[in-house]
Amino acid sequence: MKVELTVNGKEISADVEDRLLLVHFLRDVADLTATNVGCETTSCGACTVLLDGESVKSCTVLAAQADGRSVTTLEGLAADGQMHAVQEAFHQEHGLQCGFCTPGMVMAIVSLLKENPSPTEAEVRTGLEGNICRCTGYHNIVRAALAAAEAGK
Amino acid sequence: MSILGTRVIRTEDPRLLTAGGIYVDDLREAELAGAVRATFVRATVAHALITGIDKSEALAQPGVVAVLTAADMTDLPPSEPPGGEVPGPDEPPAEGPVPLGGKWAEPLLAVDRVRFVGEPVAIVLTDSTYQGEDAAELVSVDYEVLPPVTTIDGALAGDSLLFPDAGTNICVKGGRDIGDDSVFDGCDVVVEGDIVNQRVACLPMEGRATAAAFSGGKLTVWASTQNAQLARLIFTAIGLPPDAIRVVAPDVGGGFGAKIGVDREQIVVAWAAKHTGRPVRWVETRNENLMAMTQGRAQLHHIKIGGDRDGKIKAYRLDVIQDAGAFPRMSGFLPMLTNLMAPGVYDIPAVQADYKVVVTNTAPIAAYRGAGRPEAAATIERAVDWFAAAAGLDPAEVRKANFIQPDQFPFVTKAGAPYDTGEYEAALEKVLGAADYASLRADQQRRREAGETKQLGLGLASYVEITAADGGAGETAKVEVHDDGTATLYTGSSAHGQGHHTAFAMILQNETGIPMDKIEVIHGDTDLVPDGVGTYASRSLQLGGSAVHKAAIEVKEEAAKNAAALFEAAEADVVLDADTGTWHIAGDPDKSLTWAQVAEHADGGLIVANVRFTADRPTFPFGTHLSVVEVDTETGKVTLLRHITADDAGPVLNPVLMEGQRHGGIAQGAAQALCEEVLYDADGNPLTSTLADYAAITAAELPSFELLTSETPTPVNPLGVKGIGEAGTIGSTPAVHNAVIDAVSYLGIRHIDMPLTPERVWTAISEAQKASAK
Repeated sequence: MKVELTVNGKEISADVEDRLLLVHFLRDVADLTATNVGCETTSCGACTVLLDGESVKSCTVLAAQADGRSVTTLEGLAADGQMHAVQEAFHQEHGLQCGFCTPGMVMAIVSLLKENPSPTEAEVRTGLEGNICRCTGYHNIVRAALAAAEAGK
Repeated sequence: MSILGTRVIRTEDPRLLTAGGIYVDDLREAELAGAVRATFVRATVAHALITGIDKSEALAQPGVVAVLTAADMTDLPPSEPPGGEVPGPDEPPAEGPVPLGGKWAEPLLAVDRVRFVGEPVAIVLTDSTYQGEDAAELVSVDYEVLPPVTTIDGALAGDSLLFPDAGTNICVKGGRDIGDDSVFDGCDVVVEGDIVNQRVACLPMEGRATAAAFSGGKLTVWASTQNAQLARLIFTAIGLPPDAIRVVAPDVGGGFGAKIGVDREQIVVAWAAKHTGRPVRWVETRNENLMAMTQGRAQLHHIKIGGDRDGKIKAYRLDVIQDAGAFPRMSGFLPMLTNLMAPGVYDIPAVQADYKVVVTNTAPIAAYRGAGRPEAAATIERAVDWFAAAAGLDPAEVRKANFIQPDQFPFVTKAGAPYDTGEYEAALEKVLGAADYASLRADQQRRREAGETKQLGLGLASYVEITAADGGAGETAKVEVHDDGTATLYTGSSAHGQGHHTAFAMILQNETGIPMDKIEVIHGDTDLVPDGVGTYASRSLQLGGSAVHKAAIEVKEEAAKNAAALFEAAEADVVLDADTGTWHIAGDPDKSLTWAQVAEHADGGLIVANVRFTADRPTFPFGTHLSVVEVDTETGKVTLLRHITADDAGPVLNPVLMEGQRHGGIAQGAAQALCEEVLYDADGNPLTSTLADYAAITAAELPSFELLTSETPTPVNPLGVKGIGEAGTIGSTPAVHNAVIDAVSYLGIRHIDMPLTPERVWTAISEAQKASAK
C-alpha cells in the first residue's frame, strides 16, 4: 500500500507492505537509523518516536497507521546545529553509556516534559517506566530529565 | 593542573545524541550492499534427537536465497576445539563455542540432537527480514523427544544424559577438600543452609548482531562484541587463517560479559557469507536474545559458617554447584572464581570451598557482570547476617570484628586470593555515618513496636572482588603524534558504553599536553588494531589505561630525541611542559617547540610508540553498600528507599564515568535481588523469553543512589587503579537482599531466596505468621 508520512519535516511517500512497522519504515525506507528496535513487545521503549507530537513505540505502530501524519525522530530534534535541551542535558549529566536506549529515552522525555514541564523525580521515574536502560541504572537519565525541565523554565 | 580526577563529560556523546550510534543493523557499508538477512530456525523442544529436516516448503517462499543446516557445512575444517579438554583450576577459561570439546563439544548448528529450546538448527537467508521470519516457520524439523533435564537436582540424578558419551551430567569439578568438619569444633554458633543464586538474563539493549562479507579471499565481519581480536580467532573456525579475517566492532549496545568473543550463530553467519558468496546480516530479536544468548549466575550454594558468640568467625564452608546450561562454555570457569572469593573481606582462619558444574537443557551460562564473584559476595554476606542473627549481634558489629585490617596487606586469604590493598572498615564506617545508621535502626525499632504495616529493613554488604584476573595477558596501546599536532591512539580495549575514548584521551593529554580534542581514539578493528585483548573483567582502565600511559611516556621519550636535535641541545636538557604541550630547554622557557614542529622533524612526520602493558597480579576493589528498604507486610511488596555506597577502586580518573559505572552496576545487582529471574517449565520451555515476561528493572523501581568517595591505590599498575565496572553489581545484590530479610526478621524469617518478589515475600510472611500462631 502507498503511505505518505512527514518525517522530521520532510515528506516521504513509499509503497510498502501492509504489515510494515513504523520503526522499519523509519529505518529502512527513510534511512533514519537512530531509532532502535530493542524488543518486539512494546516493553523497552528503544523505538520511541513522536507521532503528531506524542510519544509512541514505533515497533507496534504500522507504517499504515502513520499515513498522513507527522513523525519526529532523534535526528529531527536538534535545530540549527544546536542540540535540543534534552539532548544537551543527557550530555551534561552523563545520561547515556552505550547509547542504544538513548534515542528512545530522549524522545520519551521530550514527550514527558511537554505534558508535564516541571515533573518531580517520582513523576519522571513513573513516566519512564516503559523505557529500559541497562547501563545507567537510570540515575543520570532522571537527572538529565530534571535538568532539561529546569533549563526549559 | 592535571586533568586526571576532574569531571570531564564524554566526547562520545554528541554523535550518539544527535545521529544515534552506528550499531550492526545501522551499517550502510558498500560491502554490505544487497546483504541477505539471516534468520535462525531454533529448537522448539529442550531435549530431543533430530530425526529429519524438511526445508522444501521454506525454499519455495518468496525471497528465500538458501536454507542451510549442519549437513551443508561440508566445507568446514574438522573442528579441533580450543583448549580441547576441561581447563584445570589454574588455567584460563576456555573460550568460544566449543571450549570443552571432545565429548562435550558444541556444534555450530545442531547435528543430531538439540539440548535447549532456542538452540540453532538451521539458518535461513532471505532478501528481507519479514521474509525470513515467514520462511523459518516453514522449515519442518522432526524430533524424537528425550526426557529434559531442567534443574541441578535433575542433572545430578543423571537419569537423562545430555552427552551420553560422557556418561555423566557433571562436566567439571574442582576446589579443595571440604570434608573436614573439625574446623567447626569449638564454635559457639554454627549456621548451615542453602542459598540459590538464580539465573538471570544479561540483557544488553542491543542483542547479538553480526554482518559478514566475503570477497577476494578475505572475510570482513562486523560483530557486536567486547573484543574484536578474540572474535577474529574464533572466526577461524570457518577455515580461514586470522590474516584473512578482519573483525570490526562498530558501536556496541552493551555487553555485560555476554559479548565476550562471539557465539555460534555469529560464526554460522560468517560461514554463510563465505559459503554463498553473498553478504549476510543477522540481528537477533529480543525473543531469541532471551532464549539463546548466554545467561548469568545460576549457582546453588550450600554453606556452613561458625564462630564465637562475641562475633568472631572461625570457619566457613562453601559448596557450589554451577548450572552450565546445555553447553559448558565459560561456566566451567566461573565457580572457580566463586571459590577464590569465598571468604570476601573477612580474615577467616579456616575456609573450605569446592564446586561442581552440571549441564541442563537450558540456555548456556557464561559471564555476566561480575562473573563468579557476585555469587561469592552474595553468599558470604548472607552468611554473615545469618551468623550475626544467630549470635544476637548487629550485622555491622560482626563485620567490624572480622575485617582484614589495613596493616595485613598484601594478604593471601585461606581461599588463595592475593589481596593487594584495602580499607574495608573505613568504607563501612563511611557508609554507616552517611546513612545515619543509628537513626535508621531507631526508626526500624519504632515501626516494629508500633506494629506498622510498612516495616523498615537495613542491609549491609561489605565486598571485595577480583579485577583484571588475567593481567598477564595485558593490553595494547599505540600512540601516533602527527606533524599537524594531532594524535591518534589505538587501543586493544573495546568500549561498549564505558567511555574509553574520553578516559584514554584524558590520560594521553595529561602526559603529553596534546589536548583531548586533538586526539582520535580508535578501537575494535583488527586491521587497525591487530593485537588486543578487549573489555571484560573490569580490566580496561587498569590494563588498557596503563598501556596508554606507557605509550605516552615512550612517545615522549621518542619526541625528546627529535626536540633535542632541533634545539641542538642534549636530550637530557629537553623538557615537556605538559600543561601547554610545548617542548623547552630546561631553564629557558622562551624558546619552545610544539608537538607539530617536533613531529615534523621525525621520520615520516610521525612519532610512534607501540606498547603492551601487563600486570603481574590482579587487583581487588572493595567497598560497602547499605540498602534501606520498606516491606509492606500485607502485600509483600518491597520498596527500595535508599542505597548508599562507598566503592573503592583506587584513584578516580574521571568521577563522571566512575559514577556511571557504579549506578549501572547497582541497578543490575538490585534487579537480581528484587525482580529478575530466567524461568523454565518442567519440560524446559522458557517462560521469560520476552520483555513482557522477563521482569527487567525500570526507573520506577529504583531510587537515586547515594555515592561516597573512597580511594585506596594499588601498587599493581602505574595509575594505581582497580576495576569499577562490576563492583556496583557485586555490592548491591547482597545489600538489598539483606535489607529485605532484615525488615521481616522480627517475624522469625531467616531467609528468602532471590528474587524477592511480592509473592515470595508475602508467602514467607504468611508462613511465619501461621507458624507463630501455632
